Amino acid sequence: MSGRVLSDATLSEIARLRDAYPQAESALLPALHAAQDQVGYLSPEAIADVAEALGLAETEVTSVASYYSMFFLTPVGRHKIRVCTNLSCYLNGAEEVLHRLCERLGVSPGETTADGRILLEAVECLGACEEAPVVLADTTRHARVTAAAADDLLGGVR
Amino acid sequence: MPELLLMKYAGQPGRDAVEEYVRTGGYEAATRALKELTPDDLVAMVEASGLRGRGGAGFPTGRKWRLTPKREGDVRYLVVNADEGEPGTFKDRTLIEGDPHQILEGVLIASYANQVHRAFIYVRGEMFLGYERLRRALEGAYARGFFGRNILGTGFDLDVTLHRGAGSYECGEETALLESLEGRRGEPRVKPPYYPAVKGLYGRPTVLNNAETLAHIPHIVRLGADGYKAYGPPILYSVSGHVTRPGVKELPIGTPLREIIFEHAGGLRPGRTFKAVFPGGSSAAILTAEHLDTPADFDSLAKLGSMLGSSAIIVMDDTTCIPAVMRRTVEFYRDESCGKCTPCREGTIWLSQILDRILEGHGRMEDLELMDGIAQQMTGICLCALGESVPPPLRASLKYFRDEFLHHIRAGSCDVVRTPVAAGGARG
Ligand SMILES: Cc1cc2nc3c(=O)[nH]c(=O)nc-3n(C[C@H](O)[C@H](O)[C@H](O)COP(=O)(O)O)c2cc1C
Ligand code: SF4
Ligand code: FES
Repeated sequence: MSGRVLSDATLSEIARLRDAYPQAESALLPALHAAQDQVGYLSPEAIADVAEALGLAETEVTSVASYYSMFFLTPVGRHKIRVCTNLSCYLNGAEEVLHRLCERLGVSPGETTADGRILLEAVECLGACEEAPVVLADTTRHARVTAAAADDLLGGVR
Repeated sequence: MPELLLMKYAGQPGRDAVEEYVRTGGYEAATRALKELTPDDLVAMVEASGLRGRGGAGFPTGRKWRLTPKREGDVRYLVVNADEGEPGTFKDRTLIEGDPHQILEGVLIASYANQVHRAFIYVRGEMFLGYERLRRALEGAYARGFFGRNILGTGFDLDVTLHRGAGSYECGEETALLESLEGRRGEPRVKPPYYPAVKGLYGRPTVLNNAETLAHIPHIVRLGADGYKAYGPPILYSVSGHVTRPGVKELPIGTPLREIIFEHAGGLRPGRTFKAVFPGGSSAAILTAEHLDTPADFDSLAKLGSMLGSSAIIVMDDTTCIPAVMRRTVEFYRDESCGKCTPCREGTIWLSQILDRILEGHGRMEDLELMDGIAQQMTGICLCALGESVPPPLRASLKYFRDEFLHHIRAGSCDVVRTPVAAGGARG
């Protein structure tokens, strides 16, 4: 087996996931989450390891992974800042927040900063519209974000 | 106002701890269901309650359960749809974060009623906090014997698995969700034959319900169908946009839009006037001030060519540019289309191109008819309802706000914010 990248811990987590479902394929999404959490993105080696652990074809795993917006097949920043630009957030100033973050990070939506650390994304409704505009910084949700608050939020990520 | 049912404790601290939920009467309904009621009693009770699914389609829950074949010895599954993603909708997340055991108790009762021993909760990938609270809640409930083997000494077994999605609105569609749960791309299955009730997860009969739908179940068991109905029956409206007190409002179903927006959600910001509203998520036809006295229920909104959908009410005041809102709406469905059906895939691309050109000042007069024609061609021929999502709001916008589109085409610019369009009364 060439180019194994997943650690023993990740592989044993995937084995646990596989046994948690009546059929092994069902563990694919959670296994891809685990692999991405470790590697930072789904490299061909990571895909190969997941495919082998679940007994699936690599092409199948790649095809599935490429369908979902939370999976990345090329390297991206470890930190992910997701700005909701859907209706309720849009109506409450999300564009300004996104603009400010683009400026501060020197990127366009969908890009990672030059130092490779932070990915900025414009995303769809995060199901928290009462807090519009909403920004998800890694796993933490920030409510009623102003352009100024967006600056502070970056401080927390760096 | 009557006491709240679903939102009574939501948001109080520590609600993911099983002790706290039990302290306020939690799992008493499930205990009674498992010990004193038969599965048939429960299906009949839910039918009598009139509960309709809260995922958007409004299918009667009791009937769904009755339609699920229950042959002795067959494997059946229960799948909870917690993939909440319809723009403007946040009631499931609010319940999951605010009082997660309520949903788990619903899962337990629904599983017993349908003689299911294996349940899955499909949680939206971006719902990090909700997933964590559900995980803690489930762990605690297992430890107290509400899940696992021989639950409460009744001999009933149930295992529940939490499953995380990975960022795809389309996976909220029930057959796409099952595909995703089986480890594939989230593309819908063809109905027939793939109705989840008969040929669902792994080809087995599957009860698939929305998270809020299941949160109603413990209350129906606790109060009885009539006692429950006396609360309205209750529904959760997600109210957002240009209101001063946005949030989940638990109210009797059929509360008029005006009361929801101006009393419960605090009305508009000072000095603003009402312009338009999506009454049921962004795939519902928008309505205007003249419709504000409409009861927000299934039939009344359907009569206006709109819908209750996921009961997400997005309010827009006079600072809103309707063509720009439509562009955002179309872009969303364009980006989330799974691409399987041509009208959905191509129609949303064309429409967003036309809206781009109108908003950039290069629109043509023919564009309005062109958009209406494309919207008509998208209706009625797609595999799933995503392809049907754009035509209602777009066509309603072209009908009620034609002048605004025309202004963009003629003047090449937007003047909405500077000279608010008076939308016929209804002040905040
Ligand atoms: C594109 C699309 C997205 C959907 N998203 C969701 C969703 O996020 N949550 C949900 O419960 N139902 C969603 N639905 C509706 C489901 O297909 C299904 O009707 C519902 O989950 C059934 O549960 P219920 O009977 O309890 O309402 C969606 C439907 C479509 C067509
Ligand atoms: S209507 Fe759109 S989202 Fe639904 S199956 Fe067809 S292409 Fe996919
Ligand atoms: S529109 Fe931004 S969270 Fe819903």
